[in-house]
Amino acid sequence: MEIIMSILAGILFTIGIYNLLQKQLLRIVIGTALISHGAHLFILTMGKLKRGAPPILEYGISEYSDPLPQALILTSIVISFGVTSLLLVLAYRASKENNTDNMDQLRGNENE
Amino acid sequence: MSNLAVLPIVIPLISGILLALIHKKIHLVRILAKIFTGLNLIVSLYIMYDVQQNGSIVLESGGWNSPFGIVLVADLLAIVLVVTTNIVALACVFYAPKSLSKQQEEFYFYTFFFMLITGVSGAFLTGDLFNLFVFFEVLLMASYALIVLGGGKVQLRESIKYVLINLFSSMLFVTTIAFLYSVVGTVNMAQIAERVQEVDQKGILTTIAIMLFFVFGTKAALFPLYYWLPKPYIVPNPVVSALFGALLTKVGIYSILRVFTLIFVHDPAFTHNFFIWIAGFTLIFGAVGALSTNNIKLVVAYNIIPAVGFMIMGIGIYNEAALSGAIYYLIHDMIIKAALFLLVGAIAYLAGTSDLRKIRGLIHQYPLLGWLFFLSAFVLAGIPPFSGFIGKLLLLQGGLESGEVVIVIIALLSSLLILLSLMRIFVRGFWGEKDDSIQVNKKAAQSFTIPVVFLLFFSVLLGVGAELFYPMIESISSYLLNPEIYIESVLKE
Repeated sequence: MEIIMSILAGILFTIGIYNLLQKQLLRIVIGTALISHGAHLFILTMGKLKRGAPPILEYGISEYSDPLPQALILTSIVISFGVTSLLLVLAYRASKENNTDNMDQLRGNENE
Repeated sequence: MSNLAVLPIVIPLISGILLALIHKKIHLVRILAKIFTGLNLIVSLYIMYDVQQNGSIVLESGGWNSPFGIVLVADLLAIVLVVTTNIVALACVFYAPKSLSKQQEEFYFYTFFFMLITGVSGAFLTGDLFNLFVFFEVLLMASYALIVLGGGKVQLRESIKYVLINLFSSMLFVTTIAFLYSVVGTVNMAQIAERVQEVDQKGILTTIAIMLFFVFGTKAALFPLYYWLPKPYIVPNPVVSALFGALLTKVGIYSILRVFTLIFVHDPAFTHNFFIWIAGFTLIFGAVGALSTNNIKLVVAYNIIPAVGFMIMGIGIYNEAALSGAIYYLIHDMIIKAALFLLVGAIAYLAGTSDLRKIRGLIHQYPLLGWLFFLSAFVLAGIPPFSGFIGKLLLLQGGLESGEVVIVIIALLSSLLILLSLMRIFVRGFWGEKDDSIQVNKKAAQSFTIPVVFLLFFSVLLGVGAELFYPMIESISSYLLNPEIYIESVLKE
């Protein structure tokens, strides 16, 4: 199971990086979202998958799955959520101000 | 148990929140911001005194024993850097009212400023790898907001690149922590360090170490990962540039220093030799970049890169003299980079342009500013009585002790290039015929000068009073070479 999840996370990373290297701004944002999905999947996989019940204390259960990676993922999810929403607004404003969403045209050397 | 260690994080956090509530009353906000920053400096100075007297403070948050809860470790290295951060912050908070427009100031500048300080102090003080990631995000989020504050066309364009590269490296950081967690089963730095010594499979640990180096190297702008740095650093207001140039890359360097003296010391022949190569290229490319442009702000921004190269060189050589040199240089560079960014900001404001070809003869109108710039160029290049000299001398001494002659020669040559790049600004911008088209603004010049004088005072003190500071720096580097002390103080076996 861990191997399948690792391959899936790897595929997410591949597609994410492919999208990061595109010219369209929105595609780049989608790329970052895919990469963060891959990273979160990695945390879950690296903490070993499904070793027992969900981490809620109940009578008669001795095997729980590891609660720490889940807490780490939760933290990381809200952080990447915040950054992604900022990035979306930033991309919107930047494309409005500069009249383009093409990264090639967002270059410039004024003041040099 | 002492709660002192959390104060440098909590004070700016609370002041940031408070100032967000009254952001329209700008006069009150300015006064409060100065008071809070001053208070924070005094508190961290007191903690430094306490740490010097009684050894490092380990705070187990929530009362949970150390591998299980989050620990804050205020050892001498961390607290010295926190004090330096607060000195820079104090200078910036006095510089800000003149430099920022009223609109920018009202739009939560001080809140983001204090959040940035929170993140930086937190990153210095934490003893937990995932917590380090969270503090990185705190400071990066604040920096994203500061870089677009004002919303100019160029700012928006450059900030997208800045956000993207940092978002990518943050995600890589999370992935690396996941890998490390699967190998050692913990995220507490002291416990990771302990278990790394015990693991048999050193190959996977070296891979993880290089991944972490890649992440921190992106934050710290090392060769070949520095390409994002120069342009985004010059587009915001000078005071924001000064904060960035003084603090952000140094957090990356501190993380490399911490991780590669505490955790990954199992294969220094590979990892640390690799750093020396990286340092050499960083020094060359940064110095060449600084010479390649006529934009005075860009010259200073490029000068961050060789400075980072000097520090990574010290970590790579990895003996006591070189580590002392790296730490000395780290402290010196935080102060002088802030001073230089504030100075070129003032020059660009007073001359009306940041293009060196259009500035001449400023010494006739602003003699004090000119000589301050001259002084700080000497401090940065490492001319003997000033602070840059001692750091570089220790680095070179450490390099020669280890027989790394090539990197020593590169370091000396790049110092020359750094001096040349700043002297170009002085010779062409300040000397020459008087430019009568400039409207002299003595009052603005004076309010710009005071924070710079404050920072340069510390720079000169750090150089002239080296005998006062050197024993402390030396004890830090011998402490770093013996990671057992850190592990024992945190885990208390």
